[in-house]
Amino acid sequence: MKKFAVILGLMIWGGLLIYIADDFPGWGDPQAPASVNLSPYYIEQSIPDTDVPNVVTSILADYRGFDTMFETAVIFTAGLACLFLLRSYSTKEPDVYLYRHTATGVILRIEKGGTIPVGSADFERIDATWVPHDLIIKTTCRLILPFVFIFALYVIAHGHHSPGGGFQGGVILGAATIIFAISYNLRTATRNITERFAAFFSAAGVLLYASTGVLCMFFGGNFLDYGALAPLFGTTIAGARSLGILIVEIGVGMSVMAVMSSIYYNISSNGRLNEGL
Amino acid sequence: MIWPIDIIIISFVVICGIAAISVKDLLSSAILFGAYSFMMCLLWAVMGAVDVAFTEATVGAGVSTVFFVAAIFRTSRRTRD
Amino acid sequence: MDVLGYIISKYNYWGFVLLMMVGMYAMIVKNNLMKKILGMNILQTAIILFFVSTSAKTKATLPILEHGHGDHAIHAVDYINPLPHVLMLTAIVVSVATLGVALALALKVYKEYGTLEEDEIFEAQKKKLNPEMQEGEVNS
Repeated sequence: MKKFAVILGLMIWGGLLIYIADDFPGWGDPQAPASVNLSPYYIEQSIPDTDVPNVVTSILADYRGFDTMFETAVIFTAGLACLFLLRSYSTKEPDVYLYRHTATGVILRIEKGGTIPVGSADFERIDATWVPHDLIIKTTCRLILPFVFIFALYVIAHGHHSPGGGFQGGVILGAATIIFAISYNLRTATRNITERFAAFFSAAGVLLYASTGVLCMFFGGNFLDYGALAPLFGTTIAGARSLGILIVEIGVGMSVMAVMSSIYYNISSNGRLNEGL
Repeated sequence: MIWPIDIIIISFVVICGIAAISVKDLLSSAILFGAYSFMMCLLWAVMGAVDVAFTEATVGAGVSTVFFVAAIFRTSRRTRD
Repeated sequence: MDVLGYIISKYNYWGFVLLMMVGMYAMIVKNNLMKKILGMNILQTAIILFFVSTSAKTKATLPILEHGHGDHAIHAVDYINPLPHVLMLTAIVVSVATLGVALALALKVYKEYGTLEEDEIFEAQKKKLNPEMQEGEVNS
């Protein structure tokens, strides 16, 4: 009953949307109101103002820098919210430990009170819920990980000339961390990219962004007006804007990468950070 | 901006979206959502919004799907609707 | 009036309306919290599709300028409108952040009630508020 009422309401709503679609400009109309008012200025002035051929990057980090700064702050806040919602610091030991003998693949089940082979090279601890072990997946992921990291850095640094930028590169870096955590296990991932590291970087990215803006104020410009940094970099004003965009994109990438890893750690282990997907 | 390709991709997007919300297995639903995101990414790439398509490919199809799978791994996989 | 031509000239809006209805339907009707979150994501993507559709221009290319320092002037008509792309690019990344928070809340709910079905959660809440109430009185 409720279902049909909802479908009826949605039909009316969709009908209204279709009705007002009559007033929208046609598909791909060059004279559409969205395309004639503000964006011609951005397209024509991007190279004289900022020296950046990719107009999306120049609008993202320069013309609309405030917008992107607070979006980064939103992402940072979401990471904090995930951490506060899920993270639990209880030190309760699990009842059963599972250890795999690496040479033979025999799995030992050690009850509470048994001797745990800590630090032994022959045994490795495995999760209680995720037992399968695949050498091919592990080795392949280890081989592709450096290339994924390099590609992510390329995406961040080359966002001026091609599609890409801080958000995409940061997400690829976070995805590389997630690949590492899935192909090995969560404990190995949190040993290498620790929770403390993720928390520090997520705050440091936003701080780098905001402090670049404040630095512009010290050089006599407005907040986030990178052109004022020209004496510092020793370039023209447009070149200084380009370099300022690069710094800001690096800050965004750091923040996004750390937040993605942190959210994945917390969701996959339910906030315990001991055993994950 | 070739309209037959656009219409084919849009119909794929709608089919993937409807399938994602109507499947009873939540893990399949998450994977179908990944397929939906990839189709959407293709649609935006055809429209010329390459940056948006890149972001959707990394964020929507990559990380969102992983988050869904991780959350389903920690909760229940079956559902009634 | 040419009906077929009219339908083809606005097809991206029809896709947007359909996807928006699908997402809204999932958010309202579906019983499972994970499905509701999925519907929220589909709704977000539909809105992003609408914004990106407004930026399209016929006979224009990607908003990445050629290196034309003084060689030839840049005409705005030749490039797709980049402003909606920027707004939606940040919206996508924020949508994944909100997805993370939503999934964290769903995990909290699961930890508390042991289920993600909405009606079972409501019944468990009612039982928690009135512990002496019997099973049959829940619907009254």
